[in-house]
Amino acid sequence: MKTHYGIYGGQYVAETLMTPLHELEKAYADAKRDPAFKAEMDDILVHYVGRESPLTYARRLSEHLGGARIVLKREDLNHTGAHKVNNTVGQALLARRMGKTRLIAETGAGMHGVATATVAALFGMECEVFMGAIDVARQSPNVARMKMLGAKVHAVSEGSATLKDAMNEAIRDWTANCDDTFYVIGTVAGPAPYPEMVRDFQSVIGKEARRQCLKAYGKLPDQAIACVGGGSNAMGLFAGFLEDPSVTLVGVEAGGKGLATGEHAASICGGRVGVLHGSKTYLLQTPSGQIIDTYSVSAGLDYPGVGPEHAYLADTGRATYTTINDDEAIAAFDALCRFEGIIPALESSHAVAEAIKRAPTLPKEAILLVNLSGRGDKDMENVERWKSGRVGR
Amino acid sequence: MNRIQKTFARCKAEGKAAYVAYLTMGAPTLEKSFAAAETLLGEGVDILELGVPFSDPVADGAVIRAAANRALANGVTLADVLAGVSGLRARHPDTPVVIFTYYNILYSYGLKRFADEAAQRGVDAVLVVDLPLEERGELLDVLRPAGLTLVPLVAPTTGPARVRAIAEGLEDSFLYAVTVKGTTGQRASLPPELASRLTEIKRLVNLPVVAGFGIRTPEEGAAVASHCDGFVIGSALVERFMKDA
Ligand SMILES: Cc1ncc(COP(=O)(O)O)c(C=O)c1O
Repeated sequence: MKTHYGIYGGQYVAETLMTPLHELEKAYADAKRDPAFKAEMDDILVHYVGRESPLTYARRLSEHLGGARIVLKREDLNHTGAHKVNNTVGQALLARRMGKTRLIAETGAGMHGVATATVAALFGMECEVFMGAIDVARQSPNVARMKMLGAKVHAVSEGSATLKDAMNEAIRDWTANCDDTFYVIGTVAGPAPYPEMVRDFQSVIGKEARRQCLKAYGKLPDQAIACVGGGSNAMGLFAGFLEDPSVTLVGVEAGGKGLATGEHAASICGGRVGVLHGSKTYLLQTPSGQIIDTYSVSAGLDYPGVGPEHAYLADTGRATYTTINDDEAIAAFDALCRFEGIIPALESSHAVAEAIKRAPTLPKEAILLVNLSGRGDKDMENVERWKSGRVGR
Repeated sequence: MNRIQKTFARCKAEGKAAYVAYLTMGAPTLEKSFAAAETLLGEGVDILELGVPFSDPVADGAVIRAAANRALANGVTLADVLAGVSGLRARHPDTPVVIFTYYNILYSYGLKRFADEAAQRGVDAVLVVDLPLEERGELLDVLRPAGLTLVPLVAPTTGPARVRAIAEGLEDSFLYAVTVKGTTGQRASLPPELASRLTEIKRLVNLPVVAGFGIRTPEEGAAVASHCDGFVIGSALVERFMKDA
């Protein structure tokens, strides 16, 4: 089992959680070797999630921009409307294998919470979701969905009342209830084995996209672009192309009001190495090591850390990380609605915005593969509010 | 023998359990938290754990979190707490002082810089809540040359082989046995199997063992410590001194 990526990753948790983590490592290693596990996972991904997800050529948008072809990997079309479900199916299967009866999760935008509540219902498990109070307010449709699916939602008002604080509370719950509870982490962060496990479950995105791209265009994409909150949709996409040096990997962090303003959530582009939520990685923190309140119009990117493998890929230069500000993301949201008839999640809109920036500088033959990690139904109200100047925070 | 070893030897000779007190430094103010430490030493506390606040205290319950928030609002830093240790050390040359915090605070400060300054101020040991056996090498590498030790923790979930591995190489320190699964703070009751668990841990290791989490009074602590060498009171003290604010 891989616990570190260079200096990053690790298992920086209280001793109480070390034995549960070791049990999880072992269960996951066993499951990986078990063909029945893979068969059941694949069956659910096909017949329940609706995989594989299509690759859509964004023709009108690309032609309007007059450069590279933008191609969308449609994770928004998965059941529950985002990539998050790829991972929750895997973790719920593991939880069942380990005899756990209760799932807990942290959530930012609420997509991971919904995806966890969904698989809990599917497997007949109890589910409790921790969500920052600010996110409860700005992603209310997802709160309603989680409740409808039978999950209990805890609004966390401590700290910045967003994703990081939801994760703190989930870790506390797990520490107290680790006997019967499985903590379903929603991204490639947290202590080992979560970053590797979540990446493995999400790697279906990159594997499919690679095959689909070769089939449809007879070549690999020139660039693969994804937004980075904790980094799971990006790691899932990148996983398909890590061994293809010709493919440029681009991670897009939330620039919020701009890097220079300090109001952003760009851990790699604007942070410093530290330890939070079980791993060593890039963090937004004060000079004395206190974690800073982040800001982004997009709740799912509003997190002060990033998965340790991204920190490693940034250092080695295999992937490039950049930022997109709120206004650029909103413009890309509009563009995708108007040119393609697709309402993207605000998180995914950051990746679309980066593609919109890059496409005109590249020839028509170039392919920009964008991970459309989720759909934007949850963001309607938030976007309206942003446009009328009443920003989400 | 270091101060920790001498203290446990003295307690043993006196036939009493070592009383370890935890305080969140900087709450309600930095001055008051150091005054609280003095008060506690006057009340018979043997070892001080000085908590340095972190913005994301995942191992802490509501009381210590509230105190940490207050301390952070006061702008209290690791440097402030270390500076205060000099005075404590001058007045109490024999009392072990443990810096208690989360790893990012030390990592951000610079591990070597921390170890050297802590040693110079008179700190004896460090307890890092989120630094398990697997990750502690990096810190020990700088603590040892500076003459400092680490206070390791074992939890109710820690199996026998792991308890041994955790204690190994830290015989000049003491072992913190967490009594319950969960965060710091008071509970309606301690688990019924605690006595046998502490007896088991004592048998596995050869350093003093203290029990902590959920202990409210020295009397309760002494009862628990009849199966080990000492006890820790944290949240109850933090609550008391926050109330006095
Ligand atoms: C649609 C969507 N995309 C992206 C993210 C960001 O998470 P990650 O970086 O783990 O993919 C979220 C998180 O809530 C999301 O809902």
